Amino acid sequence: MSPTSSHRADGMGSKYDVLVIGGGNAALCAAISARRGGASVLVLEGAPKFYRGGNTRHTRNMRCAHDAATEILTGPYTEEEFWEDLLRVTGGQTDEELARHMIRESKDILNWIVEQGVRWQPSLGGTLSLGRTNSFFLGGGRAMLNALYLTAERLGVDVEYDAEVTDLVIEGGMFLAARLKRPVKGETEIRATSLVAAAGGFEANIEWLKQYWGEAADNFLIRGTPYNRGSILKMLLDKGVQEVGDPTQCHAVAIDARAPKFDGGIITRHDSVVFGIVVNKHAQRFYDEGEDIWPKRYAIWGRLVAAQPDQIAYIIFDSTVVTSFMPTLFPPIAGQTVAELAGKLELDPAALEKTLTEFNAAVRPGTFDHTILDDCVTEGITPPKTHWARKIETPPYLAYPVRPGITFTYLGTRVNKEARMLMADGKPSANMFAAGEIMAGNVLGKGYAAGMGMTIGSVFGRIAGREAARHAKN
Amino acid sequence: MHGTRILDEADRLMTVCNSCRYCEGLCAVFPAMEMRRAFSDGDLNYLANLCHSCGACYVDCQFSPPHEFNVNVPKTLAVARAESYAAYAWPQALSGAFARNGLVISIIAALSMAAFILGFAALNDRSVLFGVHTGPGAFYKLMPHNAMAALFSAAFLYAILALVMSVRAFWRDIGPAVGGRADGGSIFQAIRDAGELRYLHGGGVGCYNEDDKPTDRRKLYHHLTFYGFLLCFAATSVATLYHYLFGREAPYPWWDLPVVLGTLGGIGLIIGPIGLFAARTRRDPALLDENRYGMDIGFIAMLFLTGLTGMLLLILRETSAMGPLLALHLGAVFALFITMPYGKFVHGIYRFVALVRYAQERRGEAGS
Repeated sequence: MSPTSSHRADGMGSKYDVLVIGGGNAALCAAISARRGGASVLVLEGAPKFYRGGNTRHTRNMRCAHDAATEILTGPYTEEEFWEDLLRVTGGQTDEELARHMIRESKDILNWIVEQGVRWQPSLGGTLSLGRTNSFFLGGGRAMLNALYLTAERLGVDVEYDAEVTDLVIEGGMFLAARLKRPVKGETEIRATSLVAAAGGFEANIEWLKQYWGEAADNFLIRGTPYNRGSILKMLLDKGVQEVGDPTQCHAVAIDARAPKFDGGIITRHDSVVFGIVVNKHAQRFYDEGEDIWPKRYAIWGRLVAAQPDQIAYIIFDSTVVTSFMPTLFPPIAGQTVAELAGKLELDPAALEKTLTEFNAAVRPGTFDHTILDDCVTEGITPPKTHWARKIETPPYLAYPVRPGITFTYLGTRVNKEARMLMADGKPSANMFAAGEIMAGNVLGKGYAAGMGMTIGSVFGRIAGREAARHAKN
Repeated sequence: MHGTRILDEADRLMTVCNSCRYCEGLCAVFPAMEMRRAFSDGDLNYLANLCHSCGACYVDCQFSPPHEFNVNVPKTLAVARAESYAAYAWPQALSGAFARNGLVISIIAALSMAAFILGFAALNDRSVLFGVHTGPGAFYKLMPHNAMAALFSAAFLYAILALVMSVRAFWRDIGPAVGGRADGGSIFQAIRDAGELRYLHGGGVGCYNEDDKPTDRRKLYHHLTFYGFLLCFAATSVATLYHYLFGREAPYPWWDLPVVLGTLGGIGLIIGPIGLFAARTRRDPALLDENRYGMDIGFIAMLFLTGLTGMLLLILRETSAMGPLLALHLGAVFALFITMPYGKFVHGIYRFVALVRYAQERRGEAGS
């Protein structure tokens, strides 16, 4: 599909009805939805083809409301229950009207996304207990992305990779053009009637993270690609779009310290905290490892480790629990004695031995059950371990070194129910829309529940594409 | 550490994949992997032979090259699979046949066809070799039925023996099924899974070949080839029964069962291999064991030659070309039989055995 008015005689370059910046789930849903709405669409993905799609590459499932069990979902998940879950994880930091609108729309997404070529699979594995609430992509997030790209291209959406946007021309809340680092179709400036910004957050932009985290951010590992730099978000906020969400906050989990700096994805995570203790570089415990069950415990440990010296910690356990959690990418570091393990971790052996001895002495008898908040507790130590506390005394002693793994950021552009961006003065933009992580802060002020990022992306992507096309056609 | 570098790499990948598991809905390999936390040589050879090389896990993987984790399961398992054929070959002295398989198959095929032509020429008068023979027993004017039956039975029985011994070694190496249940149901399940190529399907989207667009073309051509082969085998079996039970001698009229089965099978054995050859030459090298081009093409060519010479023999059996064509066809079939245990043919046998093992494990899991 070529632009509506291709190369113009006045040398102003080509013009599309809808320009989508970004290349993940939200961007592709917007592009497909705009194209189905009759618009000519160009997608500019800043990453090379292999790394297209930002965080969508690493996702696996989506949380949608549904009133009855389906082939892939084990039971109903009502709008009200979804809303209550959202309210709980965000602690009320959400826009109720927008959130309820999203939840209502999510019901239809279950079918709509299949019409775009995405396939679901039944929740087979014992990896996550989300069979009732979440729908899993067959083959994971990259398979989902591949399907969306094939559909978009078949419909005639133009897609450009390595297409880095260096500037947005915006006048009075109206998008005019995007400037490019390298020419696309011979042009360094792309004009379009509507803009959909779906270019994610700034989690891979270490310099930006340092504004809030200081030098500690140098020790953060980024779970997604190095291309999630937030440049589009920054341009929009600089040019008068109203911001939403806490700029200092990011979603962080504890991931293996041996993981690559970028794009280690899901496989570097550790969920073994409850089976042992966690110590810092001084071999001291610093938080109750048994505070809560998945997923809460999963989401807090990134921030806890970020607050420790050098942003490093060690999950210490013994050989009795080694098959209690999923196999890990990196093997545990092992020592026949606590001192040997400490040596390999470069911790003070005496300090680690003392910490373990005190912990073991504090463990009270109980009935271990990691699926519930059991009665295995410690007494007389600070911090306590309030569930799943068992002695660590059977060699070999094992450890995983962990660092904060940053998943996404919360700062975004404020939008209304049409996914239309609001300007700083509260007025809706004439032709600028946003979808996905770049506006997730509207409904997800903090916290997270599995699959919500994809719901935000698909629901608001579809809406943004539809509205952007409608604007362009009027 | 494993016995070979490719098994070390397969172990590395299964460790990566087992901490991810996004691909568990695509095929049998990943659910089988999830039943294990560590992988012996036998486990890896089992997984390698369970893989149908549909390519979906490569296209869907967020860690495939150029990612630094460099996860390429189809290619790694393809290499491991080919090496397992040599590792389990019986007798082991002949395992070297897999090293330069294309060359070995070509030489044996050429020698076999030449031997039949020379044999026919040496043992028959020129007027018989190039004569027109019709009616029952026409073929046996060139080679006595008993000689033909004895020679081909011997070749076929040897192939069966070698395959049985190879499978025995494989079955022992892959060890007991994890939580398995050995019963007839597993074999029926495996027959169904193999018969419909259930796992050459990318979990439902189709398999990948030259690009990132899934299709079912390879599956179609494989079905034509496989069922063509079975129909030809059925044609020969029916003809053997006709001969010994009813005293009816070949050639049979076009409407008779052996000819109908053979014709349908022959068409499959011509179109199927052409399609597979085209797919193989266009296949993305990233998904392939590039060093096994000869093995892949050698087997496809043998099947094609068998089908082509058989069909030509049928069409021209009442002309003076029948004698030479019969020699060529018999030469092709003989070469196919004796190379069965030492070429790509074994992929079907090991994969079927792996599917039986997988069905046992799944049934054990469901029953527990």
